[in-house]
Amino acid sequence: MAKITASVYSSHVPAIGAALDNGKSGEDYWKPLFAGYDYSKEWIRENKPDVVLLVYNDHASAFDSNFVPTFAIATGEEFQPADEGWGPRPVPVVKGHSRLAAHIAQSVIQDEFDLTVVNSLDVDHGLTVPLSLMFGQPEEWPCLVIPVAVNVVLYPPPSGKRCFAFGEALKRAVESFDEDLNVQIWGTGGMSHQLQGPRAGLINKEFDNAFLDRLADDPQALVDIPHIDYVRQAGSEGIELVMWLVARGAMQSKVVQKHRFYHVPASNTAVGHMILENP
Amino acid sequence: MALDKPYQDIPGTTIFDADMARQGFHLNQFCMSLMKAENRERFKVDQRAYLDEWPMTEDQKLAVLARDYNRMMSLGGNIYFLAKIFSSDGLSFQHAAATMTGMSQPEYAQMMLDGGRSPEGNMYK
Repeated sequence: MAKITASVYSSHVPAIGAALDNGKSGEDYWKPLFAGYDYSKEWIRENKPDVVLLVYNDHASAFDSNFVPTFAIATGEEFQPADEGWGPRPVPVVKGHSRLAAHIAQSVIQDEFDLTVVNSLDVDHGLTVPLSLMFGQPEEWPCLVIPVAVNVVLYPPPSGKRCFAFGEALKRAVESFDEDLNVQIWGTGGMSHQLQGPRAGLINKEFDNAFLDRLADDPQALVDIPHIDYVRQAGSEGIELVMWLVARGAMQSKVVQKHRFYHVPASNTAVGHMILENP
Repeated sequence: MALDKPYQDIPGTTIFDADMARQGFHLNQFCMSLMKAENRERFKVDQRAYLDEWPMTEDQKLAVLARDYNRMMSLGGNIYFLAKIFSSDGLSFQHAAATMTGMSQPEYAQMMLDGGRSPEGNMYK
């Protein structure tokens, strides 16, 4: 049987990918950020997943304004890094797990989550930057990845409560798949940041740390945070944090915290990172 | 009954909701077209002519020509779409963010190094 064993949470700032791709990760600006992932790289070598359900958002790369799926799952065999206007990132092609993805789609739709099913999907920094942070710069990604896309660009995104319940449905779906697989679920995006308007550059360390404090032991306290609180307190793009709740919802209620990291700034953004294991 | 939009009292922030997306549809789709190299070239050769191929409003076109990102957002543009314009111009996200705040890029970069813009006094109009 397939089983979700752990979850990883991480920001997915594009400048982090650019720093890695252009050989700048050793510069003073970036060193403290990458140091926060040293433990994680070691941890994932010892806890290598067969498949990662990678919850992320597309940034007007694969989905334009014509179609805006609230929740989507990608069932293709492989996904190319997207050209986001400066050429695709020089990272490996992402290989999917088509059979598990199709199983999840069928399962969660019958479990009341009306997912959009996508086959061809170019994946942007939202998906590839967390892979780089966890795995470094390998020739091939060491596991299969199922992209799970959440709309957080067009307001309103799904509520925190809905995201958490979606995670619970993903857990049930994975556990009903009859192949032995070690599955991880990753929630990406955030933490506080605002990329637009005269208020751009907003960072709220207090909000972010309170969120990290509760994620492991009291996620129910996060589930009811209304959209307006994210937007007002953590910036218009801070609302990406609802995607972390999808991953947390797919975990057991009691979890073991393996790692926690927080750093400001990466370009315009506060970077948060956590690793939680099921006991 | 009108929808409740409590985010309208957040200072310096435009929330890209369904109504803004409706107004900005052609502006944002024009931005998406710049993801193709041949379109970027045509745009650079004659920006006005390229914009005239899109059913955008005159105000939207003038805002693009002026690279006035706050104005573009007030007319329905979304930052992830507008990013295709400043990427085509060879400019970074941080550069674009700085122009929206009225700061120079070095000033803005220093603010971020110092921990970013404080939420204090910046949560309500």
